[in-house]
Amino acid sequence: MAQTTAAPAVRLSSPTPPPRGQMSNVYASGRLGRWVPWAILGVSLIISLAVFALFQAASGGDFNVAGAIVLTGVLNGILIYVTALLVEGIRKAKDRLVTTLVSSAFIIALAPLISLFITVLSRGTERFDLQLFSESMRNVVGQGGGVLHAIVGTLIMTGIATVISVPVGLLTSIYLVEYGRGALARAITFFVDVMTGIPSIVAGLFAYALFSLVFGPGVRLGVAGAVALSVLMIPVVVRSSEEMLRLVPNELREAAFALGVPKWLTILKVVLPTSLAGITTGVMLAIARVIGETAPLLVAAGFTQNMNYNPFEGRMQSLPVFVYSSYVSQGTDAQAYLDRAWAAALALILIVMALNLIARIVARLFSPKLGR
Amino acid sequence: MSTPAVAQAPNAHPKPVQRLADRVFSGAALTAGSLILATLAAVAAFLVMQSIPAVTTDPNDISILSGQNFWSYVWPLVFGTVWSAAIALVMAVPVAIGIALFISHYAPRRLAQGLGYVIDLLAAVPSVVFGLWGANTLAPAVQPFYSWLTENLGWFPLFSGQASGTGRTILTASVVLAVMILPIITALCREIFLQTPVLHEEAALALGATRWEMIRIAVLPFGRAGIISAAMLGLGRALGETMAVAMVLSSSGAITVALLTSSNPSTIAANIALSFPEAYGLNVNLLIATGLMLFAITLVINALARYIISRRKEFSGAN
Amino acid sequence: MSKRIEVKDLNVYYSKFLAVEDVSLTIEPRSVTAFIGPSGCGKSTFLRTLNRMHEVIPGARVEGEVLIDGDNLYGAGVDPVLVRRNIGMVFQRPNPFPTMSIRENVLAGVTLNNRRISKSAADDLAEKSLRGANLWNEVKDRLDKPGSSLSGGQQQRLCIARAIAVSPDILLMDEPCSALDPISTLAIEDLIEELKSEYTIVIVTHNMQQASRVSDRTAFFNIAGTGKPGKLIEYNDTDTIFTQPTVQATEDYVSGRFG
Repeated sequence: MAQTTAAPAVRLSSPTPPPRGQMSNVYASGRLGRWVPWAILGVSLIISLAVFALFQAASGGDFNVAGAIVLTGVLNGILIYVTALLVEGIRKAKDRLVTTLVSSAFIIALAPLISLFITVLSRGTERFDLQLFSESMRNVVGQGGGVLHAIVGTLIMTGIATVISVPVGLLTSIYLVEYGRGALARAITFFVDVMTGIPSIVAGLFAYALFSLVFGPGVRLGVAGAVALSVLMIPVVVRSSEEMLRLVPNELREAAFALGVPKWLTILKVVLPTSLAGITTGVMLAIARVIGETAPLLVAAGFTQNMNYNPFEGRMQSLPVFVYSSYVSQGTDAQAYLDRAWAAALALILIVMALNLIARIVARLFSPKLGR
Repeated sequence: MSTPAVAQAPNAHPKPVQRLADRVFSGAALTAGSLILATLAAVAAFLVMQSIPAVTTDPNDISILSGQNFWSYVWPLVFGTVWSAAIALVMAVPVAIGIALFISHYAPRRLAQGLGYVIDLLAAVPSVVFGLWGANTLAPAVQPFYSWLTENLGWFPLFSGQASGTGRTILTASVVLAVMILPIITALCREIFLQTPVLHEEAALALGATRWEMIRIAVLPFGRAGIISAAMLGLGRALGETMAVAMVLSSSGAITVALLTSSNPSTIAANIALSFPEAYGLNVNLLIATGLMLFAITLVINALARYIISRRKEFSGAN
Repeated sequence: MSKRIEVKDLNVYYSKFLAVEDVSLTIEPRSVTAFIGPSGCGKSTFLRTLNRMHEVIPGARVEGEVLIDGDNLYGAGVDPVLVRRNIGMVFQRPNPFPTMSIRENVLAGVTLNNRRISKSAADDLAEKSLRGANLWNEVKDRLDKPGSSLSGGQQQRLCIARAIAVSPDILLMDEPCSALDPISTLAIEDLIEELKSEYTIVIVTHNMQQASRVSDRTAFFNIAGTGKPGKLIEYNDTDTIFTQPTVQATEDYVSGRFG
């Protein structure tokens, strides 16, 4: 963009430089320079900092950072609108206002994200030590103790859920893509969508109801938690695998058929290997999603302070439920419980982030090139 | 084709022979697909079965009810669920549309994908961590602001009453919910905005439209149905979200629209999470019955969203 | 190995829609037969019925008989998978398997069917097939590179190598050169000329020069209008079709007056 105030820029931007450098470009007239919005932002920032510094001086107390940022945003919007209205007219002014609004929407979303990560990092590291990962909470009332039993429980239950969900989900997606036609396929597609929308706690209630039929009321089992997680995980696996299988070009299937390969071998040896990376990514994202689920495990697997390796007997603790129960029932030494909760939350976030990261890396590194 | 023998042939064409392995494999796939239908039917059946005693038994025999009617127990919870989710939606949708536009039409191309990942990070945070953050960080941070609102804008019904001392009100819970549903709405809107036909956009720009006018003329009308369904999917999430509300909100079971006081309605999901660990006997059935209501509400919302999406697909020619 | 194809009164349907009507013709072994005709006239559809590949499309079905040396492809109890093992096919766009190397692609017909084969036999087969497809010299140093690393023309010859590796009786080619540049096209045409000595080759082409260059006999298909079925109009020696066709529509088409 050329600027009215900077003639050299005009010269640079025109393909054939006009003989007289002083002549201004018609298309550049009546436009705000590129630096103007930034200058306005700076001015707004200075004004709001000044205002809140005055407040602080007048009333004492902490400097209100959030207030200053909000005031900066509001001032910036107003100033840009007015400036553009005066120089460029109403249409441009609206355009600039919307640009400001849209950009601030992004910053608004960043605020909780940053705050959350800072909080979890700063408070989670207090107890993020070796003891946390080597001990259970058995006989611990105050400080000390660890989340080993919760990590073990999370691994067992998520593991079982994965073992249930991946075959069912993958086979279902194969049915939908390779075999399914007509009413049944449509019904399955629709109900997979419905399943995606099941509130997680309802999945927990279902698993509880199912297992209480067999084991009587009040049952809390690791495997019940795993079943609840599967209900949440299967639709995610179906959706992502289905998408990946549909990406496999039909020409590859035809090539295999034309070689006299039966359909099932074509699917097993051509279609699945081609989409393997995508399916793996989908499964890992699905695991990442259910590994943080709290409500269904709280209902179906309960919570305990003890180590339990057997999913078919007794309550089983998990990381998210540990965070919740430590927070809800703080013991006599409340700070110790809170510290453990934050540390466990940090561990949980790290696990989920790692899964997400690995999933993306798998997708990037191992997917075959289908483009031509 | 003209002879009668040919005319009857369509019924007689032989079915292709299927190998055993093929039959086994397709059978397995079919079984897996049917298992999903069976699971869903089982979810509905078990919930209904376990709920019936809660409605039919004398309310005096269910200790949580303590004599009141089942419906008068559920109603405040339903109200709280819908109310908190609606507030969250009102806050999340404009921001989500803004972010989606920012990523699809404002941010430099090279940055756009990275910015998308940043928003997706929000979706990766487990709800229990959101709950912890909402209760320990957000609530104390907004409390002074709540006090200021009640003192200065108390005449407005939403801000009436005495501000809660802890900040753990339904507004805080809704803010957390809004943050949680932001990524899904953003992701869906972004996808829809990116599908806007380039021809429409260029037609608008060629008429001398500013970027905002182009978005208003081409992008938003194209994406309207998509935005609505994205919002409804987000609403479905917010309705069913448990932990964030259970941990952030300190509820009293009151039905009120005041956002900032210490008397707040609870939500179905949060109520189950808080009461279920200690529940016994018929109380369990009662809680499952409330869970069934939640299931029904989210089902309707999601089905509506899917319906809008499928209709849009038919008409727009996109996808 | 090379076999005779006899088609008797063949109708092809897509669900209710009759796509190809009443085709009868005989294709001799060790010859190249070209199917020509305007777009949508059903020549590709008809080609696919010769190894039952049309069944991949839901709703497609066939009435009539296709006899390969006297055996009916559509008789009771015929396994389409076995049919396709003996009648190979090359497609419009080269479609090497992206997860496999060049060598694995050539051997795909063997390995995908779980047939055991010794390393040396596999090497021999790969070399023989690649030589047969005139590709050996170009790829012998990079057999373990992915098949998609080759150029379009090379990929198509790789697909031909893959098809002949299972030693079929008949080779069907569905517009094998339409996605290729002229030089690659020439290479494929030379290859077809060589393969003729061992296989019955049927090729669908849009390119009439190509038909006249490579084929011994030519079948002209036409369609009366949209929604009407495609029909076999004329089938004769290629020279006759291009110089003195008996049907007016054929003459119009080969002389470029329509299509």
